[in-house]
Amino acid sequence: MASNNTKRHILAPVVESTQSGLEYGELLRVSMDSLMANRLRTFLTMLGVIIGVASVVSLMTLGNGASNAITSQFSSLGTNNLTVLPGRPNRGGPPGQIGVKAMTMNDVKTIKVLKLPIVGPVPNFTNQATLSAAAAEKSGQVLGTTATYKDVNSVVMASGSFFTDGNVQSASQVVVLGSSLKTYLFGDGEAVGESIRINSMNVRVIGVLEAKGGNPFGSVDDQAIVPISLAQTRLFAGRSTSGELRVSNITVTVKNTEDIAFVEERLKMALRDSRKLNADGTDDDFQVLNQASFLTSLTQVTSLLTTFLAAIAGISLLVGGIGIMNIMLVSVTERTREIGLRRAVGAQSKDILLQFMIEAMVLSMLGGIIGVVMGSILPIILTVTKVFEAPVTASSVIISLSVSLATGLFFGIWPARNAAQLNPIQALRHE
Amino acid sequence: MTAMITIEGMTKVYTMGEFEVHALRGVNVQIESGEFVAIMGPSGSGKSTLMNMIGCLDTPTAGRYSLDGIEVASLDDNELSSVRARKLGFVFQQYMLLPRQSALANVEMPMVYRGIPPAERKRRASIALDLVGMGNRLDHRPNELSGGQQQRVAIARALAGSPSVILADEPTGALDSTTSEEIMLTLQQLNREQGLTIIIVTHEADIAAYADRIVTIRDGVVLHDRKNEAHHGIE
Repeated sequence: MASNNTKRHILAPVVESTQSGLEYGELLRVSMDSLMANRLRTFLTMLGVIIGVASVVSLMTLGNGASNAITSQFSSLGTNNLTVLPGRPNRGGPPGQIGVKAMTMNDVKTIKVLKLPIVGPVPNFTNQATLSAAAAEKSGQVLGTTATYKDVNSVVMASGSFFTDGNVQSASQVVVLGSSLKTYLFGDGEAVGESIRINSMNVRVIGVLEAKGGNPFGSVDDQAIVPISLAQTRLFAGRSTSGELRVSNITVTVKNTEDIAFVEERLKMALRDSRKLNADGTDDDFQVLNQASFLTSLTQVTSLLTTFLAAIAGISLLVGGIGIMNIMLVSVTERTREIGLRRAVGAQSKDILLQFMIEAMVLSMLGGIIGVVMGSILPIILTVTKVFEAPVTASSVIISLSVSLATGLFFGIWPARNAAQLNPIQALRHE
Repeated sequence: MTAMITIEGMTKVYTMGEFEVHALRGVNVQIESGEFVAIMGPSGSGKSTLMNMIGCLDTPTAGRYSLDGIEVASLDDNELSSVRARKLGFVFQQYMLLPRQSALANVEMPMVYRGIPPAERKRRASIALDLVGMGNRLDHRPNELSGGQQQRVAIARALAGSPSVILADEPTGALDSTTSEEIMLTLQQLNREQGLTIIIVTHEADIAAYADRIVTIRDGVVLHDRKNEAHHGIE
């Protein structure tokens, strides 16, 4: 059976390696062998982590995408704008109008003489009116403003042009239509050059705006914009009880972002002075809306929402981790005899510990990678089809992979310690 | 020739709650290199405890145990693991093969823990399998092998790392008599031709009869220690 040659070979003493214990590569192989030996169980164990990571990635990505979309929309509306409104500030809800002194062209003048680093002030005077063209009629908002409106609100014309300072001085009967209003009144046809009626007055359409979407103060796409002088003196009742010309609000654009706080403060001081209010602001009957701070709080809300959703998804990752721990504990019990055998033939208890730790980490890491891929599918489809811009960010991938690895480490330690601390004699006898 | 195994005054006391169980009460045994020894005794005699001591799976309460020049009694858990890896080869009653691994991988497994490189492991494992007559079954998994074949793979696993001692615990306990005889003859042959030191632990006299020397344990002490007169098998 055995030749002299094999006899020498087999009895040759093993040249012992200088290292003690196993290399990580060998341990990884041992762990992979036992994971591959039971593929279905391996997959089911990973499922919890897969679902957890997939939900974290997709929710974080979609949340960030939504947040970016909102931010960029508001940025396009001019984040350097300050809007002065009548009404008491900080009372919760919409600004109270009852018993509040209206804003007038006097307030506009007060701001103008301050010589602040701003564009404007632009007075806005809004009213509801019946808007009718040959084919259609609707009730809509008419905004009276000045020519500077187009600079302060970054207006882009779809066709025609905005009205001029001259139009405002002479109270010309001209109108610029928002994009939805134009579509409502004229459909796909040409509007510039046509006439519409505002209540009973004929006005000529000289321009149409590009669609812009909503802003906190209503959509400009539904508005008809006319020279403020026309709105105050001829279309609507524009005089206050004291005979001054009323405005609804006043908008200014601060040229440099750094100056916003300073300009806001100066506006308030000047208005309190001219409206004979307390200098400390305790009886203010107007408020200044700051789009930048509005945007900041909006961003805070959306990122809070994203974090909240990701935290909920994180709970499923936690459940996934507990699943790993469960299966690993069962696996240690099931493989008690294998552990006893490995200990008997010379595995140190740290070799056993590492083998099970590596199994847990491979499970969680592999589950994490599959989860990232699955969680990225929806955002990528949405982005590619241009439904919604939600790019998968490196940070969401790194965060969820490291969390799932940490999950494996954390939930793998207990089963692995159980395995490592088994007494080899009892483990061998285990039925 | 110095003794491969020297056991002097070995005692082992297990404490179970308030009771003390004296499993070994002063065992003295000396086994030379190249011997084929059977340790016999009924259950409860202390033979399993003695086997655990010889196998470096446990340490005695008192007494001396020297294995191939190493004083084992005072070693810690990691040192015991290292001695088991380098000096001992185990054969178990239930074969204890990894069910989803090939015969070759099973035989390689213990050498993994000694840091032996993969190529050398494979070489030794295939020689060892060849030596027990399993050279044509390297890729078979345990469930594709009969009980006797599985036990041959287990013997190959025990000897592939060139241990000082092969320790077989009831190696034929799960086998029919024909297969038992084949396995015992294989062990005998390995002892004769390869000069392997083999210790078997059994409670069956006809299995012990294959060994050259029979040590009988009763109540934790050596009752008889004598050469096997009624020797059967190959001479």
